[in-house]
Amino acid sequence: MVQKLDYLRESPSQTAGPYVHIGCTPNFTGIDIYGGDLGTSMKTGPVQGTEITIKGIVFDGTGTPLRDAMIEIWQPDAAGLFPSANETRGTPDPHFTGWGRSPGDMDTGEFVFETVKPGAVPFPDGRMQAPHITAWIVARGINIGLHTRIYFDDETVANAADPILTRIEHQNRIPTLLAKKQGDGSYRFDVHLQGPLETIFFDI
Amino acid sequence: MSRLKMPPKLGGYIPRDRNWQPDALTPPYKTSVKRSPQAALLSFPTTLSEETSPVFGHNMLGELDNDLIHNYAQTGESAIGPRIIVHGRVLDENGRGVPGALLEFWQANAGGRYRHKKESYLAPLDPNFGGCGRTITAEDGSYEFATIQPGPYPWPNGMNDWRPAHIHFSIFGHGFAQRLITQMYFEGDPHIKLCPIVGILKTQEAIDALTAPLDMNRTVPMDSRAFKFDIVLRGQRQTYFENRKEGL
Repeated sequence: MVQKLDYLRESPSQTAGPYVHIGCTPNFTGIDIYGGDLGTSMKTGPVQGTEITIKGIVFDGTGTPLRDAMIEIWQPDAAGLFPSANETRGTPDPHFTGWGRSPGDMDTGEFVFETVKPGAVPFPDGRMQAPHITAWIVARGINIGLHTRIYFDDETVANAADPILTRIEHQNRIPTLLAKKQGDGSYRFDVHLQGPLETIFFDI
Repeated sequence: MSRLKMPPKLGGYIPRDRNWQPDALTPPYKTSVKRSPQAALLSFPTTLSEETSPVFGHNMLGELDNDLIHNYAQTGESAIGPRIIVHGRVLDENGRGVPGALLEFWQANAGGRYRHKKESYLAPLDPNFGGCGRTITAEDGSYEFATIQPGPYPWPNGMNDWRPAHIHFSIFGHGFAQRLITQMYFEGDPHIKLCPIVGILKTQEAIDALTAPLDMNRTVPMDSRAFKFDIVLRGQRQTYFENRKEGL
C-alpha cells in the first residue's frame, strides 16, 4: 500500500429544492425575520462608476420560466476591486457590496439586479479579462449550482481580447454570455438551462 | 482605466470532482430532465472572480438566528417537535477549518410541512415555527444551531415518493468557487435509500457524507439530542514556494 493522501472530499451537492427562498430570502416568502433579506441591495450609499440594471429570466428546456430559482451575482466595483477579505490590490468602493441575490418574481420569474458596471480584473497570467459578473443559479431540479458569467454586449473590444471568451470552441454560443443593452438603458440577461440557446455554464 | 497590479499568487481552487458530485441529468429525479444543461461545462482555472467572496460579519446575526425553536415563536412559546442540536465544522478539502463561513438552513416542521405559499401538503403549519436560521462559523470552522427534527413528507415525482427528514444548507466560504447548497439527512432514516434525490448521489460514501450521526456526547440531558454534520468546501491548491518572498 502506498501512503494515503488525506484530503477530504467536497460535500456532495443536493438540489436547493422548491423552497430555497425560505432559507435564503425568507422575507420574500412572508417569513418576517432578520430585518430583511440578504443581498437585496448591492449599494449602501452613493457608489462610484456607472449604475446599471440587469434583468433576466431563467428558462427550462421547454422555454418555461423558472419561478422557484435563486440567482446570485458577484462582481468587482467600477475600478475592478472586490469588496472581499481576499482583495489585496486596493480599497474597494465602501458603498458597494459586490454581491446580489434575487429570488425572481413569484409570478414571472424575472430577476432584477441594481448594480454598477464592473471594472476589468486580471486573469491569473496578468492579461485583463473583459468586464464581467459571476452568476450562480440554483433551483429545484438543478442538482449542483450552475456557474456562469455575465459579459456585456457593448464591450466589443474587451470581449474580443478576453482570455476565456477567446478560448471557447463554439464561438456561436458566446452571445449566451452577453447581457444585451436595451432601449431603456438596462441590460437583459436571460438564462437557458438547455436547448438551442443553452447558456454556457462553467466548471470553474 | 488604469491597469491594476498582478493578483496575489494564490494557487486557485482545486477543481471540483465531477465524478464525485452528482450529474445534472438524473431522470429518476424528474425535474432535472428539463433543467439540466446538455452541453459540456466550460472548464477553467479559477480567477479572482471566483477566489473572492462577499464577507459576512458576526455582527449581522441576531441572538435567535441559530435557534429555530424560538426565532419565529411567540414570546414564551416554542416550536413543536423533537428538540435537537445540529453541530459540526466547515472544513476545506485540505482539512482546515473555514472561519467566517455563512451558513443558512431551512427545513420542514415536525409534521413535514414547509412555511411557503406554494406548499400544499395537508400536514398543519406550526404557528411557532418559521423553518429558517443562519449562523457564521467560529475561528475553527465550528457551528451549531438548535431546531426541531423535521418530518418526512410526500412530494410529486413518482406516485409515492417521500423525502427523508432533511435540513437544507446553503454555505459561503472564502471564494465564490466554494459556493454550495446541500442537504443533511439523519442516521437511520429508512427513506434515505428510497429517495430519488438522495439517489442522484453516486456512491454510498457520498450518501454517508450527507448523513449526520446521533452524537450523544453533545446532547443536553433532559433537553435536546444532538446530530453532527461536518461540511467540506473546495480547498485552494498550495503553490510551490508559496511563502517565499519575491527576491529571496
